[in-house]
Amino acid sequence: MLVLQGIVDGILAGALYALMGSGLTLVFGVMEVINFAQGIIVVLGAYFTYTFASHLGVDPFVTLLLTIPIMFTLGYAVYMLLLRPIKRDRVIMSLLVMYATAVVIEGVLDLIFGGTLVEVTASYGTSSVHLGSLDFPNVYLLAFGLSAVLLAALYWILYHTKFGRSLRATTQNLTAAKLVGINVDHVSALTLGIGVGLGAAGGMLFGMTTPFNAASSYDLISRLLVIVILGGFGSVWGAGVAAIVMLVIEDVVAVVWSPVWGQTIFYLVLALVLMFRPQGLFGRRLARAQ
Amino acid sequence: MKSRQLIGRLWATGPRRRGAVLATAAAVAAMAAPALGAGTAAAHVVRRDALHGVVTIGASVSLSGDFSATGKTTEQGYQAFQTWANEHGGILGHKVVFKFLSDGSSPTQVTTDYQKLITVTHVNFLVGPYSTLLTKPASEVANRYHMALVEGIGGGPSVFEAGLHNVFDVSASAVYQGISFAKWVAKVYKPQPVAYAAITTPFNEPIVTGIKNYLDSKGFTTAVYKVYPLETADFTPIASAIAATHAKIVAIGSQPPDGEGLIKDFVSSGYNPTVLFEVSGPDQGTGFVKAVGKQNTTGVMWPNTWYPGANEGVVNTEMEKILEKEIHVKSVSLLSANMAEAFSAAQTLREAVDHIKSLTNAKLIAYMHSSKAKFTSVQGPVCFKSTGQNACATPFVFQWQHSKQLQVLPSTAAGSSKVMNPKPKWGQSKY
Repeated sequence: MLVLQGIVDGILAGALYALMGSGLTLVFGVMEVINFAQGIIVVLGAYFTYTFASHLGVDPFVTLLLTIPIMFTLGYAVYMLLLRPIKRDRVIMSLLVMYATAVVIEGVLDLIFGGTLVEVTASYGTSSVHLGSLDFPNVYLLAFGLSAVLLAALYWILYHTKFGRSLRATTQNLTAAKLVGINVDHVSALTLGIGVGLGAAGGMLFGMTTPFNAASSYDLISRLLVIVILGGFGSVWGAGVAAIVMLVIEDVVAVVWSPVWGQTIFYLVLALVLMFRPQGLFGRRLARAQ
Repeated sequence: MKSRQLIGRLWATGPRRRGAVLATAAAVAAMAAPALGAGTAAAHVVRRDALHGVVTIGASVSLSGDFSATGKTTEQGYQAFQTWANEHGGILGHKVVFKFLSDGSSPTQVTTDYQKLITVTHVNFLVGPYSTLLTKPASEVANRYHMALVEGIGGGPSVFEAGLHNVFDVSASAVYQGISFAKWVAKVYKPQPVAYAAITTPFNEPIVTGIKNYLDSKGFTTAVYKVYPLETADFTPIASAIAATHAKIVAIGSQPPDGEGLIKDFVSSGYNPTVLFEVSGPDQGTGFVKAVGKQNTTGVMWPNTWYPGANEGVVNTEMEKILEKEIHVKSVSLLSANMAEAFSAAQTLREAVDHIKSLTNAKLIAYMHSSKAKFTSVQGPVCFKSTGQNACATPFVFQWQHSKQLQVLPSTAAGSSKVMNPKPKWGQSKY
């Protein structure tokens, strides 16, 4: 039964990590930019939720009406102001730019909030649904639900809208996309906006499940990068599957054996997968043609 | 004043005399340097700041990384001491100035920081960083330059196992911190399964191991013992494994944020242990209350040598007032224990330096090791074993009771309140 609880915990927490990682993989898929700031963006989203929820007295989910547009705008602005001007060595330079962005955001958050750990609270956040001997914490169930809805919405945008077609075209061949008249800069800026906006939603859920401060971003980004590597850079669904695989392995090993071995076993699985599929579970084998 | 008048008189007597005065002064300075410095190549230089009426104290603090929350409170404790000391005559009449460097919670960076504080900043004295993990490398650097490292937040066994002669911990050491709790459990409860978990840091894990060993010797059994790495972000499986045992007694070697995260998971799953002991997290005052909600604080216990409102005399009250004013907490009871631990380290250093009337680290180390060296800190009495551990500290246990932090163990100690036992169910206590 403990194993079953570990699987439940892993799937629920995995959905949350899938949401947080989806922005990272989407941005890489379109722009080949490793958004090193995704960890601090999630934490920024958590702080926005914490601030709005505590000052306006509204439910954390309601704050998404404010935080997603704010974070979307931030992402759009970061692309237009910081990434678009990069003309040479784009991959390396954009990595440095996003790292610098992360450091600046962390510094500002530290200045405003200090190092004290905070948490987003809600009345329903401390209870669970019990099924037999299994516990389904409300917060994680809601996180699972929101992740599923947002990832489904992302799928719909990617595959059923004109913007989605432009985005996928840009992902497949940047030069060809430009040749057929797609405004690649606009698509890229919107993509970073969406990625950062998803970070706002992930941040709200992260803040509801974990006490956090600005430094929490370091552990987050390392886990998100691992998820995206396992899933395959650029694959949103890969990130989803990888997040759930990672969390289920870690949680099952943690409950039946030891949390120390949970991460070790996961990294062994990751190494094995990469030996046979260096591009990750759902990644593309060849580099994008330029 | 007399020496200044003498030099003035010699100076006034002509160029040849002036040359002699300068040569003599240079020679005296050269001879006096080892005495004023720390006795090393870098420290043989006369401490410039001290000659200008300033005593500098160096510390590395974790303002980012895993210890950023507690690193900040450590820095605030030192800053409060600086304010307090300068209001009370400084050190040997010199103004106290702290020099901080940030280490990002990294043992590598902390090594660089202390090296820089000694050889570049030329601080007079050193106080410790946050955590055993960082204190150990810091003490090794200080030892290399024959400087004392007085600290209050690095009491894990590994710091003292190195056999260094220069490290002094003013708090109760880790191995003793859980003993009062373990003795109380063995006295109040019949032998039964106990659930343990601990983060793999050199401070937290030994405390839980010490409790476990004591309770094992009294017939208690281990329901579960989960050791987890520092970078753990998802505490649900650990909480699930503990909850599945239905153990009434739980002891966790936690530090922020895992202590808070585990409580949140316990609350969420409806698991209500009768006794919950966490090494660190509950001691973080406002940080703890914000993270778990004040309705879930009552009954949680933790070990320490200080708590807000402790009856430790005038200095303690003054320190609390300074901290209250500087960090704008709503109530003194919400101050973090790290602040007092840091303050105590600097306070003990000041007392020792004032006693030896010298800025020489070699003299300081010798005096602090002597049997007659006894100090009074905001955490209580301080005296050192040959290892540098505080032999006079009482390993207190504190408990949150209705939004207040109270000293509860040892029950015979002055100022101890009654332990709230059993712990009320989550959210059901008056706060």
